[in-house]
Amino acid sequence: MFRHVSTGKTRNKLLGGAATFLLGAIAVANSAQATEELNALVWCDHTDPALIEPFEKKYDVKVNLKEYEGTGAGLSIIEQSRPGDWDVFVIDGVDVHRAVEMDLLAEIPADALPTSDLFPEVVMAENNVVDGKTYAVTEKFGYNTISFDKTKVDPKDMEDMSVIWSDKYAGRIAIYDYYLPVIGLVGLGLGIDTADLGADDMDAIKEKLFAMKKVSKQVGEVVSSQTALATGEVDILVGGGEWITAVLSEDKPNLDWVIPKQGGLRWAQSIGVMKESAKPDLALKFVQYILSPEGQARLATSSCYWGMPANSKAGENLSDAQKAALRWDDQPEYLKNSQLYPIPDADLDAQMQDAWVEMLQQ
Amino acid sequence: MAQATLETRENRRAWGFVTPALLWTVAFFVIPFVVMAAISLATRKGRDIVMAWNLDNYITFFEKAHLLKGLFVSLEITFTVTIISVILAYPLAWIIAERVPQKWQRMALILAILPFWTSYVVRSYSWLLVLAKNGVINNALLHIGLIAEPLELASTRTATVIGFVHFFVMLLTLTIYANLVQMPPNYRRAAADLGANGFQVFWHVVLPLTLPGIMVGAFLTFVLCIGDYITPQILGGNNELALPQVIMLQLGRRADFPMAATLSIILMAVVTLAYIACARWLKMERT
Repeated sequence: MFRHVSTGKTRNKLLGGAATFLLGAIAVANSAQATEELNALVWCDHTDPALIEPFEKKYDVKVNLKEYEGTGAGLSIIEQSRPGDWDVFVIDGVDVHRAVEMDLLAEIPADALPTSDLFPEVVMAENNVVDGKTYAVTEKFGYNTISFDKTKVDPKDMEDMSVIWSDKYAGRIAIYDYYLPVIGLVGLGLGIDTADLGADDMDAIKEKLFAMKKVSKQVGEVVSSQTALATGEVDILVGGGEWITAVLSEDKPNLDWVIPKQGGLRWAQSIGVMKESAKPDLALKFVQYILSPEGQARLATSSCYWGMPANSKAGENLSDAQKAALRWDDQPEYLKNSQLYPIPDADLDAQMQDAWVEMLQQ
Repeated sequence: MAQATLETRENRRAWGFVTPALLWTVAFFVIPFVVMAAISLATRKGRDIVMAWNLDNYITFFEKAHLLKGLFVSLEITFTVTIISVILAYPLAWIIAERVPQKWQRMALILAILPFWTSYVVRSYSWLLVLAKNGVINNALLHIGLIAEPLELASTRTATVIGFVHFFVMLLTLTIYANLVQMPPNYRRAAADLGANGFQVFWHVVLPLTLPGIMVGAFLTFVLCIGDYITPQILGGNNELALPQVIMLQLGRRADFPMAATLSIILMAVVTLAYIACARWLKMERT
C-alpha cells in the first residue's frame, strides 16, 4: 500500500515535472522561433553558421539551406520541388543562362547590387545578364587547377598540366569528381580553350581522361578529395585549388596549389532570386547581405571551402593571413591565366557526362 | 444456409484484415512501380523528358558498355560478398549454437550483432579510416615489419567488399543460428550411432538441414548488397561504379529520370530472378 501511494505520488510529480518542462520548452521554442523562413538552394559554403546567423538575427528570419554539388544536381532538386519552394539559388556562373532559359530566376534591379565594388573581371555580365536584364550576381570565385603536397612532389612538375596523366605520380593522384572543370583542364592540357571545346575534341579528351584515370587512386567529391589530400592518401588533386587548400592553410601548410603554364579553370558562383519566390524582397536582402563586404568576407572564409570574394571591399574584413591564403595580391596574374568553365549545349553535355562515366568505369 | 452466412461473414472479416496491407502495397509499391515502368519508356531529349513509349533506354543500356558494366560490377561484388559472408558466418553461428553455453548464447548473439547498432554511414567511413594508407591496418603491418610500403586498401573493390562483409556476416549469423538451434540433437546422435564420424555428421546431416537458413540469409545479403549505394560510394573511391551508383548519376547529374527508371527496373529484374531461383530451390528442398 505504502509502495502504491508512493508510486502514485512519484508518478504525479513526474507528470507535473514533465508538463512544466514541456510548457517551458514550448515557450522557449516559441521565443526562439523566427517570424519568417527563407529557403535557399546553395553550395556548401553557405551552410556555415558564421555566415548565416548574422543575417538571421538582423532580419529575424530562419534560413533553411539545402546544399548541392553541380548544376545538374541543383536543377534536378528544383524539378522535384513545387514552384515557390525555393527563394534563393546559388548556381555556377556559367549556368545562369540555363536557369534563365528554364524561367527559374527573377530579374534583380541593377541598382540593388554593389556592381561597382566587384572586381571588374568577375562581374561577368555575359553570364549574369540576359537581354539587358540582371538575373544573378557573381558572389565568389576561384580556380580549378592542381593542388598538391609540396613536401611530397616536385612543385616544378605541377607547372605542366601533362603531369596529371603521366606515370611519374601514378597511384598518388585524386581527381575531383566534377566533369566540367576536369574536362576543361584536360582540354587546356591539349591546347583547347574552354570556349572552343566541341564534340570533335571529345575523342582526344576521352583518351587523356582514361590515361588520367589509369594513374589516379580515386575520384571523389569535395570532402573526400580534401580528406585524401590532407591525410596523405594522395599527393596531388586534379581540379583542386585554393578552395581545397586555403581552408587548411593553418593546419596543413604543406598543401599548395598552382596554375600550370597551360592555364587553369576559373570557377565563379552566382546568386539569384527565384522567380516563383513568395518572399522576393527578403530573398533580395539575403543576396545583398551576401554581397556586402562583411558577408563576402564570411563567405570567402567559409568552413566548407574558401574562395576569393567577388566584392573587392571584402578585403577590409579579412586578416592578412586570410588574404595570403587566398593569394589576394596575385589575382591580376591568375585572372589573366585562367579560363571560364566550358558551356556545353545539351548534346555536348551528354557526351561529356558519358565520357566521365566511361572514365569512372575504366 | 447458416453455414453459407457464416462463411460470408468470415470472408468479410478476412478481407477486413487483409485490406489495409493490400492498400498499403498498392499505394506504395504497385502504383510507384507502374509509374516507374512508364517513365522508363520515356526519353530525355536535350533538357526535356518526352513520353516516347519505346524501349530506347533499355537498348541504350545494353549498347553502352559503361552502363552494362555497372550491372556486372554489382553482380561480381554481390556474389563475392555473399560467398565470403556465408563462409565466415557459418562457423560463427555454429560456435554460438554448439560451443557457447546456453546461458551465454544470448550475450554472444548480442556481441555478434553489436556493429548493427552503429550508423551504416558512420561504419563505412570508419572502415575508410581503418583501411587508409595511414590507417590502423597499414600502421600495424608496417610496425611489425610485415610490409615495407603501405598497402593500397582504401578506395578499392576490396574495401567495398570488406565493408559489406562486415555488415552481412551479422545478418547471416542470425539466420544460420536460428536454423542450427531448431535442429533436434537426436539427428546427429542417430547419425553417430550409425557409425558416421564428425565430418560425415556435419556433411550429410547438419549442413543439408541448415541449408534453408543459409539460402534465406544469402538471398537477403544478395538483395541488400546489390541495391546498396552507400558502401561502394564511400569505400570504392569511385574507381568503378556499381549499378546503384550509375542510377544516382542519372538522377543527380543529368536529371535523366527515364534512364534512372530503366536501370532501376533492370536491377529489380535481377533481384526477382534471384528470388525465383531461391524460392524454387527451397521448394525443391521441401519436396
